[in-house]
Amino acid sequence: MLKLTINKKTYQVDVDPNTPLLWVLRDTLGLVGTKYGCGVAQCGACTVHLNGEAVRSCVTKVSRAVGQKVVTIEGLAEKTDHPVQKAWLELDVAQCGYCQSGQMMSAAVLLRENKNPTDADIDAAMAGNICRCGTYLRIREAIHLAAEAQRKGSNG
Amino acid sequence: MNRRSFLKSSALAGGGLLLSFTCLSAFSPADLKNAPDLAEKWVEITGYIKITPDNIIKILNPNPEFGQNVMTSLPMIIAEELDADWQKIVVEMGPHDSVKLGPQFTGGSNSVRMYWKPLREAGAAARQMLRETAAQAWGVALEEVTTKAGMLYHAKSGKSGTYGSFATKAASLPVPKGVKLKAAKDFTVVRHSKKNVEGSKIVSGKPLFGLDYQQPGMLIAMVEHPPAFGMKLKSFEAAETLKMPGITDVFRQTLYKEGFEQGGFDTRSFNELLVVVGKTTWEVMQARKKLNVQWEPAGDTKDTIGGWGQKKEVVVPGELESTDTQLQKMKEYAAKPAQQLRRDGDPETAFKNAAQVIERTYNGPFLAHNCLEPMNFFAHVTDEKALLVGPLQAPGWTEPTLAKILNLPVDKIEIQMTRMGGGFGRRAYGHYLTEAALISRKVKAPVKLVYSREDDMTYGIYRPMYTATYRAALDANKNLIAFHVKGGGIPEHPIHANRFPAGTVDNYLAEGWEIPSNITIGAFRAPRSNFNAAAEQSFLDELAEAMGKDPIELRLELLKRAKEKPVGKNNEYDADRYAEVLKLVRDKSGWNKAENQKFSRGVAAYFCHNSYAAHVVDMVMKDGQPYVERVFSAIDCGIVINPDAAANMVQGAVVDGIGNAFYGGLTLKNGVVEQTNFYNYRIIRMPEAPKKVDVHFVQNDSDPTGLGEPPFPPVFGAVANALYKTTGKRFYQQPFGPQLTTPAAL
Repeated sequence: MLKLTINKKTYQVDVDPNTPLLWVLRDTLGLVGTKYGCGVAQCGACTVHLNGEAVRSCVTKVSRAVGQKVVTIEGLAEKTDHPVQKAWLELDVAQCGYCQSGQMMSAAVLLRENKNPTDADIDAAMAGNICRCGTYLRIREAIHLAAEAQRKGSNG
Repeated sequence: MNRRSFLKSSALAGGGLLLSFTCLSAFSPADLKNAPDLAEKWVEITGYIKITPDNIIKILNPNPEFGQNVMTSLPMIIAEELDADWQKIVVEMGPHDSVKLGPQFTGGSNSVRMYWKPLREAGAAARQMLRETAAQAWGVALEEVTTKAGMLYHAKSGKSGTYGSFATKAASLPVPKGVKLKAAKDFTVVRHSKKNVEGSKIVSGKPLFGLDYQQPGMLIAMVEHPPAFGMKLKSFEAAETLKMPGITDVFRQTLYKEGFEQGGFDTRSFNELLVVVGKTTWEVMQARKKLNVQWEPAGDTKDTIGGWGQKKEVVVPGELESTDTQLQKMKEYAAKPAQQLRRDGDPETAFKNAAQVIERTYNGPFLAHNCLEPMNFFAHVTDEKALLVGPLQAPGWTEPTLAKILNLPVDKIEIQMTRMGGGFGRRAYGHYLTEAALISRKVKAPVKLVYSREDDMTYGIYRPMYTATYRAALDANKNLIAFHVKGGGIPEHPIHANRFPAGTVDNYLAEGWEIPSNITIGAFRAPRSNFNAAAEQSFLDELAEAMGKDPIELRLELLKRAKEKPVGKNNEYDADRYAEVLKLVRDKSGWNKAENQKFSRGVAAYFCHNSYAAHVVDMVMKDGQPYVERVFSAIDCGIVINPDAAANMVQGAVVDGIGNAFYGGLTLKNGVVEQTNFYNYRIIRMPEAPKKVDVHFVQNDSDPTGLGEPPFPPVFGAVANALYKTTGKRFYQQPFGPQLTTPAAL
């Protein structure tokens, strides 16, 4: 049995320790907000936070998450009011929406590390997240909006 | 409010399986707390509208959602005529019910076009039924009963009442026909931007997509398909696979029996697959690696194609095709006589007597749709009935196939449509439903069929491989006197013979030829147009240069001719509306302004799915590579239901077009698709996306026409034309990217 802490809850899972965290989240725990798009860390749809760092859960073995803190899109903010989520809603970013969990999880880490990202900073941080519907312009704008909200201290 | 009681009442109405997809998405959590207790009974007034006695109005979205936001725009149309309070309505994905909800087919940029009138009529009819009920209850004339935001009023007496209080009585009235619809100037919902009704669910990671659907006891199935087109399953050893943890079954499965009459959307690449079934996705993925499979050449096979009262047998060649041999074959076919698609005047003589002939050939590769959510579907099939849940564009087209193959009556087959992680045409082909259904029936359990990215990308149903040769004849005064396009493809040609510039030139010839193939193809965002526009709009650019004209001016001159003295019949476009988007984009982009000449500018325009689109692409060099920094787009799609969401779609189509123009393409070697995942099939990413896409809609009151596809095709042409300005070279071969990486290309 492996003990996992996900979104501040603990779980005991009986899985092969080599199972990618993505599939433990989705199949074992029913946390399907984290998506499968490629399985080889190319599309970013599986992005979660492992001790605050953005990782691609499709290539992260669950054993690496044992005893660590995992945050998924479901736990990004209790009231769905993370600045990134609010900005995404404000600007109506999504089209199909399938990539957006991963986009937001990557953006949240960028904004924690960089309070005032330039377009070039955003390009670099978000290059690993594919959006097949092409909402990149709105994602960029939403990151700027969230950064501004964070700088103003508004968080609710 | 007691949320649990609402979910419970849904279960009474629709069955427990619907629970996770019943959405109260228009409500924020705060609203839910304060909303009144919901009654157990929804009163249905027309198939789309349900109202509770407590005045909660639920509107069903009939069409499956894949990012075009019909989930919001179609209910907006109903809410407008119904006169419901948009802030308070509940939107829900409708069940598959073509009697109550119409054709329910998402594709061909058809959703808003097809449902515009029926939904307006439904909303208006429901509103009238409520007004009639109130008028009767109050003993007043119908004309004196007004509505506003879910309330009925009688000004003279001061009476008022909620829709909900009259709903039960209203539902018993016959649905009136021919009710007067609102004038466009009176719209308060349509033409006003509304937020995506599923927005909160998307940003909080709620289960929405087919891949997210789960049921207790559900097994996971994955399929092995042949490694190459032209191969089939011979034999396999599964002993090692069956030993792997979580695996329950390995077997071969035939999809269609011999002679099965396929409809247009029954396309499948491989009729026999090897199925692996287990408890979890990862366990099945691992177990597949232990399979020992032998494949053999399929040889020529036969497909029976039906539909529209016809039935024909098609030979599917068994050749193992490679891209270089395909290109060679296309050159041979291009030199042979082809099928005439349209002829005006005497093009042969005009070309013979021309002062100058310009000839160019363009090529485009097979494209994979690469929806970010790979193909998948849930099925639970018993001897009595079938439940299928997942991402699908057209349940009505796959249901008859399921009925035939499962030998079940259609009313025992239920297909629930989830949100789709992209469609682009790929999910109109329901082979993966049939595969899932057969697997479930065989293993006697609920099963989710999952395609890996590799399975998905190499499966087929691609955008065809295309080529087109354009010829233009100029007289001594550089007037265009003849135009000839000869286009071909594997396995279909791309030509739309009656589109611009047909109608603008006295002597015109359009021809097409096709090469049969075992590479399966299907609709890909703006079929045929997605290649056609690129080739034709690049060619017009070269023509303009040869004629010493500005590219926009040349097009406007030709359109003037089409308007004043059109050539031939059946010209598919409206010359005025086509010219309008060109003028709009010329204006909004500051086409001739000095400060914009620092950009390498390319323009293109196109008509398809009844709409008109024009783009100006502004390109610069960034880090040694051409980069589209900004785009100006002018679109005429009639009345725009949800302006902000529509702008999002156009921006997305521009990004999609740039990405496919630069990077999209599949190659084959001996039937094997050489691209398998996103490290060898490049998708456009954030750094390559423009900084700005400025979208302008022509303001008119025409009925809405398509928007999902029309902005896409001309992007390729505008990009090619901008590349010419940036590099001094013309690009005839898509994708453009590989030709840019060598210094020689620049």
